Amino acid sequence: MSDGSTTNSSGFPNPLAWLGRGAIGLFAETGRLAIFAGRTKAAAFTPPWNLAQIWKQIVAIGFYSLPVVGLSAVFIGAALALNIYTGGNRFGAEQFVPNIVVLGITRELGATITGLMLAGRVTAGIAAEIGAMKVTEQIDALKTLSANPFRYLYAPRFLAACITLPVLVLISDIIGVMGGWLVSVFALDFDSTTYLRNTIDFLTMEDVVVGLIKAVIFGAVIAIMGCYQGSKSKAGATGVGRAATLSMVGAAVLVLASNYMLSTLFVRIGI
Amino acid sequence: MTQPILQLKGVEKSFGSNQVLRGVDIDVAPGNSLVVLGGSGSGKSVMLKNALGLMTPDAGQILFNGEDVTHDQGREREAMRARIGMLFQSGALFDSLTVWENVAFRLLNAEKMKRSDAKERAIETLKKVRLGSSVADLYPAEISGGMQKRVALARAIITKPDLIFFDEPTTGLDPITADAINDLILEQVKALGAAAVTITHDMASARKVADEIAMLFEGRIIWRGPASSIENSGNAHVDQFVNGRADGPIQPAI
Repeated sequence: MSDGSTTNSSGFPNPLAWLGRGAIGLFAETGRLAIFAGRTKAAAFTPPWNLAQIWKQIVAIGFYSLPVVGLSAVFIGAALALNIYTGGNRFGAEQFVPNIVVLGITRELGATITGLMLAGRVTAGIAAEIGAMKVTEQIDALKTLSANPFRYLYAPRFLAACITLPVLVLISDIIGVMGGWLVSVFALDFDSTTYLRNTIDFLTMEDVVVGLIKAVIFGAVIAIMGCYQGSKSKAGATGVGRAATLSMVGAAVLVLASNYMLSTLFVRIGI
Repeated sequence: MTQPILQLKGVEKSFGSNQVLRGVDIDVAPGNSLVVLGGSGSGKSVMLKNALGLMTPDAGQILFNGEDVTHDQGREREAMRARIGMLFQSGALFDSLTVWENVAFRLLNAEKMKRSDAKERAIETLKKVRLGSSVADLYPAEISGGMQKRVALARAIITKPDLIFFDEPTTGLDPITADAINDLILEQVKALGAAAVTITHDMASARKVADEIAMLFEGRIIWRGPASSIENSGNAHVDQFVNGRADGPIQPAI
């Protein structure tokens, strides 16, 4: 294929060329993303810090995500309780609802649901904002005014997401458990005191910490994907829209993939 | 001959198989106003971005005050940028900041000036571009396109640069506002004694602000001369451009 095309002489797509091009593209993209992430982290962990920008982003990413995080948590907790009750019923294990709800929420669902919701709300928002700045030359303007976009734009978002995600996940844990409790007490006839005692007795510090460690990683993924896709946005409304979509899909998949890898790691080290 | 403030030597830049700059040679003397003409897609903006260090040329050199800055990074690059102002085509005002914070951006961020002092300087500079202090606390979205251009001009001149780039300063403005912007540019550049490089395809603007005019075509500078000689350049490409004819050596970009 000296001309570099992916169709052979008869005009049919050459599957090997197609596969090869896809693989090279994937590795190149992964490399670019890794370099971008490295530069963002370098800017985030070295002074000077732009405290005003960090605070602004903490409010935008953390505070304004509270409604969506709270609502998703209460429904997930409620649905989890219902399903465990129905499933557990089959072998007389329905009394374990509080234990499994609190375990599932703290170790897994609180962090994952928060990560996924923020991959939608925050990542797409960051990508659209940075993308619009890119196509209106505001990023170039920052550079000509001696402001490094990694320091001024990306690092504050990265830090704000890594700081606020654990807090949001903690809130999501509490509200999720409350969702399970609501359904159990008001629809499944559990005794409120017994339910809460079982929850508290069963819960360990490790379960909560596992979720919070995941949250920090999800925060990094969410901010970096948004900034990265936004920063390479192409011109026009389609370009910015595409950046937002790509960033959201990428962040959601990476949240789930890193969730699995972190869960494996935690199981290996026994927490 | 005086040392040029900015010099491009054989600058080349390609994007994939698209060779945009094929060896641009040009220089600007201190205090001189150079206008670079060129059609849509002739590589004017790419040339400007290379000169500013927003892009790195594939080949060639960029000299600022005689020093090679082609591959400068970090501190050296910032030292050069501190002495350069840039007026972007769309203004490129930061829409999350107020007008005065935009104008004083370099003072607040790179130079760490106190906010009260920076605001005073910003309002002073806004006055130079005929904007009252009442706009200082508005956001860019709340003012008209012509006013945004003036705010962007104020941001470009606030640190009294030695060299100012203008990227199509009159695009998107009505002829009267465009002329007012040209007047302001001329007045401010002369007041600062700065050199100016303007890229445009607006002949009215070029005639008004230029000491010298150059023409960029197919990635090279094909003509250069004093602004007064533009009408009888003896170059078919320049003639076609100056008179705005579709017929001639330059193919319309449609």
